[in-house]
This record gives sequence, structure tokens and C-alpha cells, in this order.
Amino acid sequence: MDTFIEFFTFQYPNIKYVLFGSILLAVSSAIVGCFTFLKKKALVGDVVAHAVLPGICLSFLLTGNKNPLYLIIGAFITGWISIVVIDGIVRKTKLKEDTATGLSLSVFFGIGILLLTFIQKSGNAAQSGLESFLFGKAAALVGADMWLFASVSVALLIAVFLLFKEFTLISFDQNFGAAIGFPVKGLNLILTTLTVLAVVIGIQAVGVVLMAAMLITPAAAARFWTDDLKTMIILAAIFGAVSGTAGAYISFVAPSMPTGPWIVMVISIIALTSFFFAPKKGILYKALKRRRIKNLILQENILKMFFQLGEEAGDFNTGRSVLELQDKRPFRTKELDSGLKRLQLQGYLTNQNDKWQITSEGQNKGRRIVKLHRLWELYLTTYLRIAPDHVHEDAEKIEHIITPELEARLEKLLDYPELDPHQSKIPYQ
Amino acid sequence: MIQQVQNPILEIHDLSVSYDRKPVLWGVDLSIPKGALVGIIGPNGAGKSTLIKSIMGLIPLNGGYVKLFDKDLDDVREKVSYVPQRESVDWDFPASVMDVVLMGRYNKLGLFSRPRKADRDAARFALEQVGMQEFAKRQISQLSGGQQQRVFLARALAQQADIYFMDEPFAGVDAATEKAIIKILKDMSEAGKTVIVVHHDLQSVAKYFDWLIMLNLRLVASGPTDKVFNEKLLEEAYGGKLTLLTEVGQLIKQEKFPGIEK
Ligand SMILES: Nc1ncnc2c1ncn2[C@@H]1O[C@H](COP(=O)(O)OP(=O)(O)OP(=O)(O)O)[C@@H](O)[C@H]1O
Ligand SMILES: [Mg+2]
Repeated sequence: MDTFIEFFTFQYPNIKYVLFGSILLAVSSAIVGCFTFLKKKALVGDVVAHAVLPGICLSFLLTGNKNPLYLIIGAFITGWISIVVIDGIVRKTKLKEDTATGLSLSVFFGIGILLLTFIQKSGNAAQSGLESFLFGKAAALVGADMWLFASVSVALLIAVFLLFKEFTLISFDQNFGAAIGFPVKGLNLILTTLTVLAVVIGIQAVGVVLMAAMLITPAAAARFWTDDLKTMIILAAIFGAVSGTAGAYISFVAPSMPTGPWIVMVISIIALTSFFFAPKKGILYKALKRRRIKNLILQENILKMFFQLGEEAGDFNTGRSVLELQDKRPFRTKELDSGLKRLQLQGYLTNQNDKWQITSEGQNKGRRIVKLHRLWELYLTTYLRIAPDHVHEDAEKIEHIITPELEARLEKLLDYPELDPHQSKIPYQ
Repeated sequence: MIQQVQNPILEIHDLSVSYDRKPVLWGVDLSIPKGALVGIIGPNGAGKSTLIKSIMGLIPLNGGYVKLFDKDLDDVREKVSYVPQRESVDWDFPASVMDVVLMGRYNKLGLFSRPRKADRDAARFALEQVGMQEFAKRQISQLSGGQQQRVFLARALAQQADIYFMDEPFAGVDAATEKAIIKILKDMSEAGKTVIVVHHDLQSVAKYFDWLIMLNLRLVASGPTDKVFNEKLLEEAYGGKLTLLTEVGQLIKQEKFPGIEK
């Protein structure tokens, strides 16, 4: 708790820089990353992240110092060129986009490593720390860095805010944008520039290797929670801010822990959580829903069976053992057991001395399913002219799906028929 | 047979297009009268989509020019609307039906500004026209193919243009939707709008269109349907595919379309 208060009251000025720096980096790349993600250019982040290295080295060689502004300008230039190179290759040669992407990445990164090795070997005293670009150095952020990051982030946010409609359009339907005369090429160029900017400043916190994750992961996580682009961007930004804060805090509490990798770690955990638990799209939600439906079908089938047994015997009040039931319809014992118990809990069945009996509510429910089954069979034979011996399978499924409105329409359409195609009576009341 | 018209709304002069130096359209020369409902037909790979894209300035021309309303496209963009092939976009995009239809208003809005109330009204009206008003808030990935097509049509209608280019608006839609869409197109054409549609079903060509463009890498025919929709020109356009053609010929005979010479 003490460390918590210490951290968030900024008792050391350095904490402030690390915290805000991390948040700014994470939020900017998260926001721009939404469009990169939707344009299916997930690899662009990776390319730019690797391609900034030669720029950083070159600007160090030219200026001879590590002023972050110079380094960022150098990084920006080569990062940007790497994207232009990809587009050029795709347009001018027969190579596909993935090949061009790989090509650009490895060539730029190769040159970068070459230059870096050269600088190290040349024994320049100021070079120590240049390689921190490879792995990030968020914990070493200082005031000057932060002001630079803050201005870039604000510029980025303003651009996305002003051009939201345009970026949406070119992400969804580029051709339509061009057809209505929007400057699609220019807009793409601006979006590329923003991406490169986000990567260039982000790289100082998390390094070359992890940067692509900063761009794409928040967007991917946010997409699980919403179908609205604005909400998605806001969510991605929040995820970015949370992971930036968490990264800074963790490395403060445990100084041996690096900030950047923890930012990426936290955002990855958020993404995984979204993947499993998000409503509607999450895996867990889907699995639960599937199970619910399966159980529902099982229970309806059991009630249906009780109703049919009652129909045959002319008496709905007989108690029946599990074996008798399985004789009528070969349920698996485990499933039948759990289905029976749940129906008992819901008040559709009762159980005395291991004999199961249907209640009148259960009878109503079972009757409805039988009715729907037979109505649907009749519908298929009369309206779709399917042979009576081919309709049972289909009706087995449809009987569980039909809504009360459809039920009413079906009854009306068929005019409350008495018999199904197999001459069984259709039960109404 | 290529019939040119006086004061055409669309004039294509000696248009040539190629992809990677492979020529796809050769010297297309045609003109279309105002208010026509035009079908573009031809086999797969004939260059139908290419023709529309090059009219819309989406691919560079090798030669020739296109005039709309006797002007360059850039001077009349707000009067021109384009409906791309449905598969050309990712329908899993996080947007609602309303969001997509509103895109039809973007050229009126210009850069930077946000859609206003009036734009929403126009979008809603367009959705009503295609019978999709109840779907305004629906996420677009939850639409059927036919509904997606209607959304694209609504987006085009929201543009309130004077000439419309549509790439296969009937692809993958059911008979009822097709009927609804063709009704809308016919109404538009009666209201003086020009509608140009890439179409694949030869059976319905004579019923739907009053003007036909037949393509097969070159222009085979352009003229009133009753003058150009005949076996000879069809054979020229669909050449080689004789089995299909005889079937079509059979259909034409059975349906006894007016004005088809034997
Ligand atoms: N982007 C592209 N790059 C290279 N070749 C292309 C490209 N798009 C189309 N083509 C080629 O141009 C020719 C015409 O294509 P187009 O899409 O215009 O045909 P289409 O008449 O619309 O066919 P379909 O009926 O299948 O839609 C085809 O041979 C196609 O392979
Ligand atoms: Mg096509």
C-alpha cells in the first residue's frame, strides 16, 4: 500500500515521467492501431519498428549525440520510407504484399544492425544506450522525453479526431472513397505517417520487438467488446492507458522488472481476457451459450417423450423408471439423469420412488413441442412438397427453434390442421 | 452494332485499359442517353468491372477519355454514384447500417465535417426506399447478402446523384429482393436518372434494361435492348461458350422477346 501511495503521489519526479510517458505511448499507439488493425495491416507496425533502427543510427552518426529529437527525426524518416518501399514493390513488381513486407523489414533492420555494430565498434563514448532502442528503456524516461512524447501524442489525437470520418471510410471502402473524390492517397499517407509517429515514440518504451504488439493488441482486444468504431477506439485507448500505468507501477515496485515488456504483458493479458470473457464474442460466452442451448434441447426432448408416452398410454400420470424412458428413446444415461433433475427443479417433473412423472406444466410444454414437430412436418409436406418419410429429421431441429409468433403464423397458415403427415393427431389443448 | 446518341450523359471515347500491361479493354467507344436503364453484360473476365472502375477513375487509363455530362469526372463527382461489388469490402467492420449509408453523404459534407441531422434524415429516407429502415442500428456483419446489397444501394441513393454505376447489384440476392431492387432502379430511371448496371442473368436482361452494353474485352454492342439483344451479338460476346449460348438461344425463343431477329 505504501508503495502504491508513493507511486501515485509522485514522490520521485522520475516516476511522473515514466508514468505519463508510458501512458502517452500506449494510448497513442492504441488509437492509431485501431485503423491499422481494421485495414488488416497488422504487420506494418512490425516493419516500421524494425526500420527505425537505421534512422536512429544514422542520425547519431551525423549529429554525434543522443538528443531524442534528432533520433526521432531519423527514426521517422527511415520508418516512413520502409512503408513507401512496400507500396512501391507491390505496385511495380509481381511480388505480393506479404513478401514485400518481409523484404522491407529484413533489409532495413539488417542495415540498422550493421550501423549499430559499426557505432559500437568505433568506441564512441556516447553510444552506450543506443541499443536500448532494441529493447526499450521506459524506466529511463526523463522530462525532455515526456514533453516530446506529449506533443506528438496530442498531434496524433487531433489528427484522428479531425479525420475520423475519412479514416473510417478508407478503412472500410477505399474505392468508394476514391469514387466520391476524397483524396484517398493523401489520407493513406497521413494515416501511414501517424502510424510511423506512434511507432517511433512507442519504441523508446517497449523496444523494436514488442512494438507491433502495442499497435495491434489494444485494437484486437477492444474489438471483442463492441461493434461500434468510436467505442472501439475509446476502449483501445483505455486498455492502452491501463497497461501503461500497470507497466510503470510494476517496474516501480520491483525495480528489476522492465517497464516496456510489462506494458506489453498487461495489454496481452487484457487481450486474452477479452478473448475468453467478452460478452457475445468471447469464447467462454459462446461456449456457455452453446451449452445452454444443448440443455434446452435435451429438456424439451425429455418433456416431449413424456408427452408421447402419455399419449400412447392414454394416461399422463403414470410414473416411469429411467429404464422405461430409455426404452422409448435412447438417451445417454448421464444426460438423461441431469436433464430429469433439472426439469424436477423447474417443476416440470416429479420423482417418487425412482419413478418420474410429468406435471401439468410439463405436459403443456411437452405438448407444444409435439405440436410444433407435427405442424412443421405438415408444413414441409404441403408447402415444400417433401416426402412424408423425409421430414422427421428436420422437424426434430425446428421444433426447438420456432418462436411463439412463428407458431401462431404456422397454425394460421395451415388452418389448425388435425393430423400430421403420419396421421398422428396434432395436440392443441 | 454500336449506336451513338446525341447529347449523351456518358460518353466513352476510344478507352483502353490494361493491368500490368495486359490489355483488358480495347478501344471502347460508346455513348449513353440520359435516363436510360443500362445493362452491361459479358462473360466472366470480360472487363465489366474494369469498365465501371475506369469510368469512376479508380484505375489509370491507357488511352481515351470519359466524359460525364459532357465534363470531366472531377467536375461532376457529386452527380455520380458508384456501387462496388458487395464482396469488395469486409462486412465484419465495426459499423452499423446507418454508418455505412451515411457514407453516401460524405461528398456533400467534404473533409473534416461531421454528418448533420439533415444527412441522417437523407440516410433514413434512403433506407426506407430499400425497405431497410428497421435495420438502421444493426451491425453490418449481421446482415444477409441481399440485405448488404440493399445497404449499398441505400448508400448510393443517399448520394442523390444523377447517374449511378452498379457492379452486380443482383449477385447473391433472392428473387424478392431482386424484384424490389429492379423496381427501385426503374423508378429512378423514370425520374430521369441514368442507371448503369453490371448484370449476369441473361434471362432477365430484356425485361430489365432498355439499353445494353455487351463486352468481351472489346465493345461488342451498345444500343437499345431490342436492337442488340440477339443471338448473333450474344454469340460474339460469349463466343466459344456454345453450350451456354444454345441454352440461352432456347430461352430467347421460348420467351419470344420483341425485336429479336433469328
Ligand atoms: N487488379 C487486377 N490486376 C490484374 N488483373 C486484373 C485485375 N482485376 C481484373 N483483372 C483482369 O482483368 C480482366 C477483366 O476483369 P474484370 O474484373 O473487369 O471482369 P468482369 O467482366 O467484371 O468479370 P466478372 O464477371 O467475373 O466480374 C480479367 O481477365 C481479370 O483477370
Ligand atoms: Mg466483375
